[in-house]
Amino acid sequence: MNILYDHTFLTVAAGSAALGMISGVIGSFAVLRKQSLLGDGVSHAALPGVAAAFLITGVKSSGILLVGALISGLLAALLISVIVKYSKVKFDAALAAVMSGFFGLGTVLLTCAQKLPNAAQSGLSTFIYGQASAMLTSDIVLISVLSAVLLTLTLLFWKEFKLFCFDRDFSVQSGFSEKKLSLLLSFMTVITVILGIQTVGVVLMSAMLIIPAAAARQWSDRLYSNIILAAFFGGFSGVFGALTSGLGDGVPTGPAIVITASAIALLSLLFAPKRGIVNRILQRKISRLRLTVTFKGGNEKQ
Amino acid sequence: MSAEIEIQIIAVLTAASCAIPGVFLVLRKMSMVSDSITHTILLGIVLAFFIVNDLSSPFLLIGAAVMGPVTVWLTETLTKTRLLSEDSATGMVFPLLFSIAVILITKYAGTAHLDTDSVLLGELAFAPFDRLMINGADMGAKGIYVSGVLLLINIVFTAVFYKELLIVSFDPVLAAVMGFSPAILHYSLMTTASLTAVGAFEAVGSVLVTAFMIAPAAAAYLLTDNLKKMLVIAVGIGGISGILGYRTAVFFQVSIAGSMACWCGIFFLGAFMYSCGVRKINKFRLKTKMQP
Repeated sequence: MNILYDHTFLTVAAGSAALGMISGVIGSFAVLRKQSLLGDGVSHAALPGVAAAFLITGVKSSGILLVGALISGLLAALLISVIVKYSKVKFDAALAAVMSGFFGLGTVLLTCAQKLPNAAQSGLSTFIYGQASAMLTSDIVLISVLSAVLLTLTLLFWKEFKLFCFDRDFSVQSGFSEKKLSLLLSFMTVITVILGIQTVGVVLMSAMLIIPAAAARQWSDRLYSNIILAAFFGGFSGVFGALTSGLGDGVPTGPAIVITASAIALLSLLFAPKRGIVNRILQRKISRLRLTVTFKGGNEKQ
Repeated sequence: MSAEIEIQIIAVLTAASCAIPGVFLVLRKMSMVSDSITHTILLGIVLAFFIVNDLSSPFLLIGAAVMGPVTVWLTETLTKTRLLSEDSATGMVFPLLFSIAVILITKYAGTAHLDTDSVLLGELAFAPFDRLMINGADMGAKGIYVSGVLLLINIVFTAVFYKELLIVSFDPVLAAVMGFSPAILHYSLMTTASLTAVGAFEAVGSVLVTAFMIAPAAAAYLLTDNLKKMLVIAVGIGGISGILGYRTAVFFQVSIAGSMACWCGIFFLGAFMYSCGVRKINKFRLKTKMQP
């Protein structure tokens, strides 16, 4: 196993693992709030920020582009929540309209950026479609630091988030600000998405948020174990995806991670101990059998 | 016909035909379906390409159009297990299908001219170069016919099934009681949406199809409570965005599809602000009425 000592592979695997874990944690809240597609919207909405950051500074370093992505992602998230709050447009339509409008603006700015002399547009397009093999040690440091911040926030606001996700009315009654909590959660989602764009790409980052969390949801009804499981599933998909893409030549990392996570989710849907489909069918068969036995038994007694 | 006018005709026709299924998607709270369909189209194209091995074959479009209803069906099957909410199911199905498509492309179609970029980001500026030739005579750009046929399909479908679509969108239970099958209508709507997306993505790229479907429809939703008016307004906004988008794009020399999507977004924001303003005025009137 030469690959295990390969520096590039180790970097990519470590980065994908960290990314998978943090998106599992943050994604759990998004899935519970039924806002899991927000990640999809934000990741598309980051494009104009990336292009604008490049246009303004003319520098193609990932730090500046990330800040641009963060600002436009947050703006989009804010705009969506304002539209949903102050008009009759529902969340899905507001999300789709804002996200695609931002993406349109992004393509416009990108074509502007292409006209700059020092463009070398390929760098920007890998930023958008994701290229895990381009991950550097500095990226891993960034991902780990921000993940630590996000985890601390999650722990600090644990009871507030829990209450907010499961019983919004009660949490408002108890005096927690709905606006602030919802903003904080959206903010954390945006940061996670932006972190991941560079690795798995705009389109697949939303999957990283949703799929591990949805898989973990099948195994337990407790938030605590749910989130730990989601982090584990996410991290495992990250490593396994990086491994398959490292071994099988030509398989891109992002899609490999997503397919791994989807396989885990499918297995969870089928075989999870309580909620799983197989178990449900078995239970139905058993209870039917029991019913017939009781009926027959009753007849014999008479 | 000059290339400029041809591009504008394609832009208007495409935007208008996208707006029609968009209205029903917005009303049925399924806007994100457009996003998911536009991504999974890629898998349909790739799979069809492996079967026919020809990039210009019409089977590619058929494969893509079939993929739309398949995506919706998969999402609904997952939702029906009640193990996942609808949004999670959507967010699971389309990234998976998209990933499969990307892997298939990079692994097996590397030599063929089939790349994700050209599907995700189309370019309207090249549309006039693709001519329709009949017996050697130039009949105009192919895109005009494609988008024209799409608009026609959408108009005919909506006109023929108008009353059914109306009932199913607002009261599916009533529709079922009256004997219309919501499922059949639902899937035919998804098929037309998918067809429209397929026809449009060559010109505008798959991500921006979402903009043309949802933004004009959502804007129209804010401006009226009447389905007929909503359809007309949505198509109108789509058409105007097509022309304005082209003009701005030419002026600033930027992506045409991108600036069309921007205009759609601007119209949506304008409608949002207008509706906010109307609400404020109404509140104010109510207050002044209440005071004496």
